[in-house]
Amino acid sequence: MSQPYPLFLSLPFAMLDFLQQPWPWYVAGPLIGLTVPALLLVGNKALGISSALRHVCAACVPAGIPFLTYNWRAEAWNLVFVLGIVLGGFIDYRLLGHPEAVAISAATVHDLKAEMHLTDFSGLLPKELFALGNLANWKGWVFMVLGGFLVGFGTRYAGGCTSGHAISGLSNLQWVSLVAVVGFFAGGLFMTWVVYPMLF
Amino acid sequence: MKYIKYLALGTLFGIILTKSEVISWFRIQEMFRFQAFHMYGVIGSAIVVGMVSIQLIKRNRLKTISGEPIVLADKKFNHGIWIGGFIFGLGWAITGACPGPLFAQLGSGVGAAAVMILAALAGTWTYSALREKLPY
Repeated sequence: MSQPYPLFLSLPFAMLDFLQQPWPWYVAGPLIGLTVPALLLVGNKALGISSALRHVCAACVPAGIPFLTYNWRAEAWNLVFVLGIVLGGFIDYRLLGHPEAVAISAATVHDLKAEMHLTDFSGLLPKELFALGNLANWKGWVFMVLGGFLVGFGTRYAGGCTSGHAISGLSNLQWVSLVAVVGFFAGGLFMTWVVYPMLF
Repeated sequence: MKYIKYLALGTLFGIILTKSEVISWFRIQEMFRFQAFHMYGVIGSAIVVGMVSIQLIKRNRLKTISGEPIVLADKKFNHGIWIGGFIFGLGWAITGACPGPLFAQLGSGVGAAAVMILAALAGTWTYSALREKLPY
């Protein structure tokens, strides 16, 4: 079989196709890892996203709290980086395209149907839990408001999130970050295996 | 203009997060239920590549593009590391998103992300206000 088009013509199409598909872990993971040296080489910055939440609080509602009274402008790069993440999500999801549903394993689909009574598996999050209309009942308040609150409270208490501790911290062989990551997983497993069965 | 490089890196980071589907609640559930290798592969290979990169930077005493020596701060232990870590873990399993993915979701047009980010800001603010009263 000969190729229908010469390479220089088919390559751009192959690349476009690649950009429109989800990436396997062995493509995405190493690229996420390369963000660590990229930020160090570009400006001596440590990858970490939850700090941006603190900077926004310090900029908008410091309220005389010592932990929120500092020169957040010196950390403005972090806010710009986060703004870039928003832009990246827009470019990818809205311009490059994505599949209708995330291709999770059949076992997970089965369990979520059986245990959490989910039926709609399209999109990034289950609409039955995260549709804005759910703010009228307990589901919306637990999944969006309480969940978000715990993320903001816990990451700052732990001094970092998945990017700051798991990626950046473990890359720099920080045992403290390993303790944090064990904590992240313990919390996630407790919620999934102990609390969810009680809620649903 | 000095911030444009961070905007560019952030945008690339956001695209990679979205392309790898780590911003999906479904993927996080799949991870906590040990039903696929995907999330472990993404996080694990990111750490390996980050680790090798930092070793190369340290051994070759690489400098930043503006010629400064690269400094990596050590993280100090306190009990907040695991207590806060556990609290974040609870939230991670509920929202199906850590802070980076929340911002990528916002860009992808998920309305719930705006609510979750506001709630996360409230959480960070509350931690800041209670900080002196919490165990460490």
